[in-house]
Amino acid sequence: MTTPAIRIAALTKRYGSLQALAGIDLEIGQGEFFGLLGPNGAGKTTLISALAGLIRADSGKLEIMGHDVIADYRNARLKLGVVPQELVFDPFFTVREMLRFQAGYFGIRGNDEWIDEILHRLGLSTKAEANMRTLSGGMKRRVLVAQALVHRPPVIVLDEPTAGVDVELRQSLWQFVKKLNTDGHTVVLTTHYLEEAEALCGRIAMMKAGRIVALDTTANLLSSAAVRRLKVRVECPAAALALGGAAAGDWLEFSFDAPGEIETLLARLREADAGVREIAVGEPDLEQVFVEVMRHA
Amino acid sequence: MPDPFQTSPLTGFRTLLHKEVLRFWKVGFQTVGAPVLNALLFLLIFSRVLDRHLTVYGEVPYTAFLVPGLIMMSLLQNAFANSSSSLIQSKITGNIIFVLLPPLSYRAFYAAYILAAVLRGLFVAAGIWLASAIFAATLPAHPAWALAFAVLGGALLATFGVIAGIWADKFDQLAAFQNFLILPLTMLSGVFYSIQSLPPLWQRISHINPFFFMIDGFRYGFFGQSDTSPWLSLAVTGGSLAVLAALTLAMLAKGYKLRD
Repeated sequence: MTTPAIRIAALTKRYGSLQALAGIDLEIGQGEFFGLLGPNGAGKTTLISALAGLIRADSGKLEIMGHDVIADYRNARLKLGVVPQELVFDPFFTVREMLRFQAGYFGIRGNDEWIDEILHRLGLSTKAEANMRTLSGGMKRRVLVAQALVHRPPVIVLDEPTAGVDVELRQSLWQFVKKLNTDGHTVVLTTHYLEEAEALCGRIAMMKAGRIVALDTTANLLSSAAVRRLKVRVECPAAALALGGAAAGDWLEFSFDAPGEIETLLARLREADAGVREIAVGEPDLEQVFVEVMRHA
Repeated sequence: MPDPFQTSPLTGFRTLLHKEVLRFWKVGFQTVGAPVLNALLFLLIFSRVLDRHLTVYGEVPYTAFLVPGLIMMSLLQNAFANSSSSLIQSKITGNIIFVLLPPLSYRAFYAAYILAAVLRGLFVAAGIWLASAIFAATLPAHPAWALAFAVLGGALLATFGVIAGIWADKFDQLAAFQNFLILPLTMLSGVFYSIQSLPPLWQRISHINPFFFMIDGFRYGFFGQSDTSPWLSLAVTGGSLAVLAALTLAMLAKGYKLRD
């Protein structure tokens, strides 16, 4: 059996009266693109910090590529690259110096070829000799990504990497991360942009109050949504509105729980002489699923 | 996926040391030049005012007596400033994460911060020693003793700096450490006087100040004379360093205020 990229068992962490992690069990397979979602304070960053050795969990077990993050921290940290949520940098140094230092901290010397490749792929080649202070926020974010990759880790964790970055950077960043995933890297992503998670992640865990409250493939999570939408364009909107439709531009929108209800709804529209011209079934999106899961958790 | 790189734990230590040295070297005007100028101003004022009126240890002119004291005081203060300011800046700006994520051992972390701070102290010391030749050319009678106290004293204050940098959450907490502990202990350690000239009570009080032993021992390296035995000074300096180093390593191993 293949070793999981990340294995978390019965993990707990408490800060005073706050139970930040309340017994997390999770396995992420090698090569997965995994999403970790949850509202602020759900415990996502605490979980990532424990994984990266930035905090010590109170109990439980954490492994990266089969290496315990405490007992075998050297190997565990060599296998992990983390892009932190905060936009941090060292104002004393240039981009290239930062990357060389980061490689050196991981015990690597003379990997300038790889550093040049990362700089190129992240659009940082022209900024290699620039001081970190002079870079824009978006460029600093790219340097953080480059720092996380400088030791070629098989597992990459991105903690809200697109928070506050422009559309162009977001697009190029996702292209780059998707390529890394295609090359075999395991990617774990936390984000508040649910459409990004829906488009990129094969499997998703949703957290609330230190617990995992939903864990499944993205497709299964989407199909599990209780509420669907039927959109219709009619000749007599008043008749459709009387049946409980809601106006949405030129369309009227009806919510329903089970696919079988579509036929019933269409029959009622015919009875009301609404004159159906066009129909469209709206699939649930991850945001809808997220709201439902959080409401019931 | 590309093959992983070959790694060596020693490279981590060497890189952190290089980065810490480069950090103070890039602003050398402020980290080395300014302390040298400060010490020269002390020398200028005191040598003009007191040199003709005072000799110490019988025949040593006051300015010559003052030079090693000022060198050691500046070395100690700058060793402390280097490790403490580097750590607190990294903590406050958040870039401490760059050295916490890699597989650096806590011993490598400690050794790199201490060695960089000692090097800054030695650069400052060398600068003051060379520049002080304008006032009084003072050659060490026992260079090995002088170097031993410079390195051990610098390491002791650098260790103090690591503790302060880890403990403090804000710059004003660090400033309190510097102004209410380090500065009084260095100023009252016999930099500007021989404790033989003090009343007996103050002489006894001076003997509970570890800074006195570092400065007195360093001065022995220059004149072959001191207020107390250089062996006793070496034992106090080395012993204090051993105790503080053990405490700091325990803090780092536990991840106190860094990984909690």
